[in-house]
Amino acid sequence: MYGGPVKIFGAELAHPVVNGSGTFDALAARRVFGEQLDARFPFAAYVSKTITLEPRPGNPPPRLWELGQGMINSIGLPNKGLARFIEEDLPAYAMLPAPLIVSVMGFSGDELAAAVEALGERSEILAFELNFSCPNVETGNIVGSSPEETAAMTSLLRGRTEKPLIAKLSPSSARPDQIALAAEQAGANAVSLINTLPGMAVDPSGGGPWLGGGGGGMSGPAVRPVALAQVSRVAEAVEIPVIGMGGVSCGRDAREMLDAGATLVGVGTENFRDPAAGERILAELRELNQSSVERK
Amino acid sequence: MTQACVTAPFGRRSAPVRSIERSGPYTFLRALDAAGPKPRAGQFYMLQTARGWGGGDDGRPYLPRALSFARVEQVNGGLELTYFLESVGPGTARLAACATGEELLIAGPFGNGFDLDRTRPPVLVAGGVGLAPIVALDDKIRKTDGARSTVLVGMRDGERAAAITKFGVECGIATEDGSAGHAGYVTALLERELEDGHDSTVYACGPPAMLEAVRALCSEREVPCQLALESGMACGYGACYGCVVPTVDGYARLCVDGPVLPGDKLETAIVKGAGH
Ligand SMILES: Cc1cc2nc3c(=O)[nH]c(=O)nc-3n(C[C@H](O)[C@H](O)[C@H](O)COP(=O)(O)OP(=O)(O)OC[C@H]3O[C@@H](n4cnc5c(N)ncnc54)[C@H](O)[C@@H]3O)c2cc1C
Ligand SMILES: Cc1cc2nc3c(=O)[nH]c(=O)nc-3n(C[C@H](O)[C@H](O)[C@H](O)COP(=O)(O)O)c2cc1C
Ligand code: FES
Repeated sequence: MYGGPVKIFGAELAHPVVNGSGTFDALAARRVFGEQLDARFPFAAYVSKTITLEPRPGNPPPRLWELGQGMINSIGLPNKGLARFIEEDLPAYAMLPAPLIVSVMGFSGDELAAAVEALGERSEILAFELNFSCPNVETGNIVGSSPEETAAMTSLLRGRTEKPLIAKLSPSSARPDQIALAAEQAGANAVSLINTLPGMAVDPSGGGPWLGGGGGGMSGPAVRPVALAQVSRVAEAVEIPVIGMGGVSCGRDAREMLDAGATLVGVGTENFRDPAAGERILAELRELNQSSVERK
Repeated sequence: MTQACVTAPFGRRSAPVRSIERSGPYTFLRALDAAGPKPRAGQFYMLQTARGWGGGDDGRPYLPRALSFARVEQVNGGLELTYFLESVGPGTARLAACATGEELLIAGPFGNGFDLDRTRPPVLVAGGVGLAPIVALDDKIRKTDGARSTVLVGMRDGERAAAITKFGVECGIATEDGSAGHAGYVTALLERELEDGHDSTVYACGPPAMLEAVRALCSEREVPCQLALESGMACGYGACYGCVVPTVDGYARLCVDGPVLPGDKLETAIVKGAGH
């Protein structure tokens, strides 16, 4: 049975579809779509955009480049910083009809530890996702590409909170299974992958890079085969649950991600094409139960 | 800006093309929105075709495209939305190649729209496809409110200026090739207009260079202006953080904090990657 409830992190989620961090601003969506968003909330758990200790403006525009089957972004983790997140956003997120997973990133272990500690006791939060893999900030892929760094960072944080920790892995490693194992052994409760793949676009009017951040991160259907390969390899290596994402845009894609070993499926770029993508993908996933029964 | 928001239906919805009409390089695309609320002038929609969205230049388009509505009319079965576009790349080319009866997927209306100040005479300035939200605002002022407005439109050439007649907008015209109205930029007409009356508010939409000239003119004369800007958008509803433009208060997401921004919030209306 695809699309049924999922037990994870000591909670029961209504179904396996969640959002990829940074691809759905539930608070902005609430203002744009009003109360219908609550009634038809498209995700079983909501993952916040990555926050950092200090506020960040993000990268200069242009931040987007379109591909035939996806896009490259150089958003650069704009966020209001931990203090204003706690004051302004956390109470609003707590009102959402889905449990909250907070994505955090730090430029050092201490920074990340401070963020996790400040949030570690908050009952509004179900789990933390540790973004070890943003290609748009300098330190992002460094931690995520090294099993030792990943283990060191994860165990540092393990000591600071009781809450479940999800390590978000870089797709830039040749051995994502080793990184995932390192995270598991250091106390992570789940891993999520893939984050965007480092990419670049050249300014059509000639010369340098198009994106304000120089390079960027590739996402969407173009990266789905990479995601499937990495998710299945990681899922074979670890016991902890895997949150699989990368290019999922329909129910069949979601089923393939689950078949590859994922426990939850993340929807990212497809949210931009369809604000209710999560709802549609879940419905399509459940419909596949019907057709697979018929086939037998 | 302080104003009552129009709430968009959640998700994207089917909207059949009722008619499509070409005028020189421009296309008038009319679609039936059976489920949406009445939009405010200056708001926009994200559009894609239900089939055959992709496979153009570089395999694009992939993401939906932002288009302002130019006209909204209550018809049998919902609202008829008129979009006004020029084909400049694979997305607009695909939309311009739609057939009558073809299914569009639309989401919206999104963005803030113009904040009409009824205490000051409105001067509306449009350039090129920037005419779309200006027609919408002019309809609101003249047809709905029965008030007066001054409209100034700049077009590159006579072929493009012909679209103004199709909309039936009464306005001052400037063409760069001199084939209709004033020969030169529309900002020359605005400069003349602002000589007589400093008590007006300017509402403008057009290419970045035009908006920047309007912003500078208004700023020198201390005339308030509202500029409908453009930037590359992936989602249109605040999800991606891709559409930011620099303002005096830092980066603003144009899709939710705009697309209309007060001129005094901008140091420049020229944003890299926006417009063409
Ligand atoms: C709020 C808003 C309202 C708008 N209203 C209207 C309207 O009413 N009518 C209208 O005609 N237009 C309107 N536009 C502009 C319209 O959305 C763009 O012209 C359209 O998205 C262009 O898409 P395209 O595929 O045709 O061309 P593209 O090739 O995607 O875009 C043209 C420009 O994008 C850049 N570019 C080129 N390749 C890429 C790439 N791979 N990825 C990213 N950028 C690239 C370049 O700067 C190029 O000049 C509006 C835009 C906004 C933001
Ligand atoms: C515009 C954009 C912003 C993103 N921001 C974040 C972020 O803040 N933190 C993070 O961990 N991942 C971020 N991601 C990565 C996604 O969560 C996801 O891992 C990736 O896009 C692959 O999934 P997709 O192909 O379905 O988009 C972002 C992706 C995009 C496209
Ligand atoms: S277009 Fe995505 S945030 Fe504005």
